[in-house]
Amino acid sequence: MRHEHIETNSALMLLLILVVISIGGLVEIVPLFYISETIEKVDGVRPYTPLESRGRDIYVREGCYLCHSQQIRPFRDEWLRYGHYSLAAESQYDHPFQWGSRRTGPDLARVGGKYSNQWQVQHLKNPQSVVPQSIMPRYPWLLEHDLDYSDAGARMRAQRAAGVPYSLTQQEYDANLKRFGKDIADQLDINQAQDSLLKQARERDFDGFPNRVTEMEALVAYLQVLGTMVDFTKYDEGYFAQFR
Amino acid sequence: MSEKMHEQQSTGAVQTTGHAWDGDLQEYNNPLPRWWLWCFYGTVVFSVLYWFIYPSWPVGQTWLKGFGSVSYTVTDKATGQQKEQDYRWNTRSLLLEDLSDAANNKQRKDMMAKVQAADYEQVLKDPKMMEFARSVGKGLFGDNCAACHGRGGQGVAGLYPNLTDDDWLWGGDMAQIHQTLVQGRNGFMPAFGQVLKPEQLDDVAEYVLTLASETRPSDASERGKEIFHGQTGGCYYCHGADAKGVPSQGAANLTDKIWAVADVPAQKNLPDKKTALKNFISSGVNNTRIMPPWKDRLSPTDIKLLAVYVRQLGGGKQ
Repeated sequence: MRHEHIETNSALMLLLILVVISIGGLVEIVPLFYISETIEKVDGVRPYTPLESRGRDIYVREGCYLCHSQQIRPFRDEWLRYGHYSLAAESQYDHPFQWGSRRTGPDLARVGGKYSNQWQVQHLKNPQSVVPQSIMPRYPWLLEHDLDYSDAGARMRAQRAAGVPYSLTQQEYDANLKRFGKDIADQLDINQAQDSLLKQARERDFDGFPNRVTEMEALVAYLQVLGTMVDFTKYDEGYFAQFR
Repeated sequence: MSEKMHEQQSTGAVQTTGHAWDGDLQEYNNPLPRWWLWCFYGTVVFSVLYWFIYPSWPVGQTWLKGFGSVSYTVTDKATGQQKEQDYRWNTRSLLLEDLSDAANNKQRKDMMAKVQAADYEQVLKDPKMMEFARSVGKGLFGDNCAACHGRGGQGVAGLYPNLTDDDWLWGGDMAQIHQTLVQGRNGFMPAFGQVLKPEQLDDVAEYVLTLASETRPSDASERGKEIFHGQTGGCYYCHGADAKGVPSQGAANLTDKIWAVADVPAQKNLPDKKTALKNFISSGVNNTRIMPPWKDRLSPTDIKLLAVYVRQLGGGKQ
């Protein structure tokens, strides 16, 4: 095909440009659908409960990912500050993942359990009241707004379509029962999404208001589970090196 | 311009790309210098080699693992012994090498081992280990504790305890600090709002203010004293008959002027202080003053270093 022919035929040129620029993406992305060995074989990782999942939605809505990453890289300084490096397996149920690309604030991949619920609430309401040097903005409305959980089931259904094992049928429920135990299997059941959400909110009372389910409740529930699912003491040092 | 071009073309001085647009629009073809071109080809060849040497190429369900190798020391889970191990080059092996690398990390490793083997008495007596605890502890404190207790351990009045004074809710000796760090703490005080009448709450608040010498004893404080030390309030169960607090309960010392829990100092005048105290006694503490446990997050050696660091911040030396 002549150079001149392509340059004078804009439709053909457009088509060929698309072919050329897609090669880079295809080479980088397509193999990831086939390579299964890079996802670490590890116990404990489960999908988010309805309440945690709604908290994650609020995390995304408020744009937390713009300043906070959720990936601890395998470097000594990060190991010392944040703990064990993040595993691919740990974000296998994240759609989309919240790895982020900047750290204006600290990494949050293992923030779960690091601070008390009360601290998280106080800090989100007014960060400077507990960390004077912080530049994080305030999020007082999280405590003022009640959580809208009317569509919790529909949101789980959407995640299920993306491959997250939320159960809709009895068969799927039984599979979860076997894999995660009854408490978690109930939480992952789409048919009782709202009940499980309220149950977790009532039992754990993340926001300090026993009779309300605020947006703060969901967000703190999400933050408190981040990075806590895998028990790293169960694995040998160096075990995770085989997956890279 | 065009004439000059034609002239150069006809004399063969500069080549053109060969095609003409709109009849006479042509483009010079200036070839790249040879040396530059060969460098470019060289980088292409290098990149292919590089791809094969390092882990990269996807093949079916797996990928080429590359040819590099890394050796590092790990602790064997079963025997607790250190052992050398070789593994193929990747960023995770490199991290293990970095963590166990004697060359860049030796001093730290040696000191860590020394602290690990020592008990608190020995660490406190050894200036070298104390120096180490101060420098490492500062980092650990900044990463893990400063969010609540403040960068210097000054705390947040009414919310998170000050670690630099001598008033320790849960006790300030090494064993107590260690326990606080390992298992965390959950402060509790019953809410007296339902148990006591408003005027009784008034009296108790008045009495507690006299304990801290905020005000002089009065009839009201005498009535409060009876409630405090009697069955009605039963405050002495936790705060002690001398009201000096019971560390095993996390109950505050009420006789010093340090207000660890109720935010009395923030109030400007006596009536406000009394109101703040009254509100506090009325609502109590339930699941609002929690310190998380650190045993799953920090290694025993890190906890030891932190405990020593916290102690030398100023408080708890008696």
